[in-house]
Amino acid sequence: MKVKRDQRRWWIPAGLLAGSVLLAGCNHGSDSTPATMKRMFKVEVTNLTANQPLSPIAAVLHRSGYHAWQEGNAATVGLERLAESGDGADLLSEAQSDSAFLSKEAGSGVIPPGQSGSIQMEAAASDPRLSLVTMLVNTNDAFAGLDAVDLSSLAPGEQLTVSAIAHDAGTEPNSETAATVPGPAGGGEGFNADRSGDVDFIAVHRGVVTRDDGLANSALDQSHRFDNPVARVVITRLQ
Amino acid sequence: MKVRYLSAVLALGLFAGPSQAARFTVTIQNLTQGIYFTPLLVAAHDSATHLFQPGTAASASLQAMAEGGDLSGLSTDLATAGAVTETNPAGGLLAPGGAATTATLDTGSSANGYLSITGMMLPTNDGFVGLDAWPIPTTPGTYTVDLNAWDAGTEANNELINSANGGAPGTPGIPAAPGGDAGSNGTGVTTTETNGTVHIHRGVLGDTNPAGGVSDLDSRVHRWLNPVARVTVVVQ
Repeated sequence: MKVKRDQRRWWIPAGLLAGSVLLAGCNHGSDSTPATMKRMFKVEVTNLTANQPLSPIAAVLHRSGYHAWQEGNAATVGLERLAESGDGADLLSEAQSDSAFLSKEAGSGVIPPGQSGSIQMEAAASDPRLSLVTMLVNTNDAFAGLDAVDLSSLAPGEQLTVSAIAHDAGTEPNSETAATVPGPAGGGEGFNADRSGDVDFIAVHRGVVTRDDGLANSALDQSHRFDNPVARVVITRLQ
Repeated sequence: MKVRYLSAVLALGLFAGPSQAARFTVTIQNLTQGIYFTPLLVAAHDSATHLFQPGTAASASLQAMAEGGDLSGLSTDLATAGAVTETNPAGGLLAPGGAATTATLDTGSSANGYLSITGMMLPTNDGFVGLDAWPIPTTPGTYTVDLNAWDAGTEANNELINSANGGAPGTPGIPAAPGGDAGSNGTGVTTTETNGTVHIHRGVLGDTNPAGGVSDLDSRVHRWLNPVARVTVVVQ
């Protein structure tokens, strides 16, 4: 039997995650900011899905070397918890213990479909990267996010727009049952440390099947399907 | 070309003339959770060469690759064109989550400034992962391109396993499901292919009935969303 560690509270302050597909939308201008001066960024995430609320963003500024996830590798427990429950606290703690860590920030709330949420972050470093993660909460273990987007060339006032795709943490079978989907479509269990029955590596998500497409016990309907990209992230350097 | 997915942000603006020499390695990672790639073909070739082109009917060589994983025709075509190629960097199937890297490829003083990659996706009828004539940067650095799943447009996507003949061009059926997770005795999703040109694969339907239903594929296992592979090119 599974060890029930945790919560149905997928809405607790957590992280956001996204795909690693990067879409460059800025001109990298010259930047003579001293390394010791703080750089401030606004990070705005727009939910592009039809009916997949995004859990509160978990965002990390860091130097080269840190990854919140890597395709083909097993998820950390922090990422697993975020992807299964929307709780990014462990992921942020893991990041903080990484030697490349600069700063972290948690979003203040769920980002509903069609809406946006933003955070501000800062770091005193000339070579910051941004990683962030959020859960697609009407799934078993889908997340989206950014993987180490290089902000070192972003000058004050410049913006970078990046698209995020959906990943599967590989830590929970995609049964789509109400008991296992923590979002409003299911109201079921969030984090569960058991990884049996799934591949235990991170992949691009294959999408949800839903009961409207023949998966009899699915708590999801056609509205919960998604395609990539699932989120748009606009990063603005404020100073 | 997938410039839209170019994730090497710093690479923007660094594409140089495609006829300049480059030494580089190519890593292909399978980003799917349940799809295998047959032995991959990686080629640096000139501007006139294409293994496939969206909106254009597949060549017989591409058809053989997409329906059965047979690289012989495409390899011959590339040799005729004077391309620099490496076949099968994974040493067999590239499993979900896996990655494979080529030896160092050297375009020398040739005009082989464009990179193409193909490999059949299993289990599908004629789906393949592909990169079409991506200009190889000559500035040293690491470049990333995400690849989509393509449909060769040469075979109806009936989604039925036909281990005896499914890999032969023109014979319906999927030659194999390497994960051992396909069903049998499906009635078939379709008998027609409405788009006879190379196009973005619409994905598979599948079902949850391993002993029947319309498809031998499993809707919970064999579906995918793009991208299906990530290519990392390290230019020396």
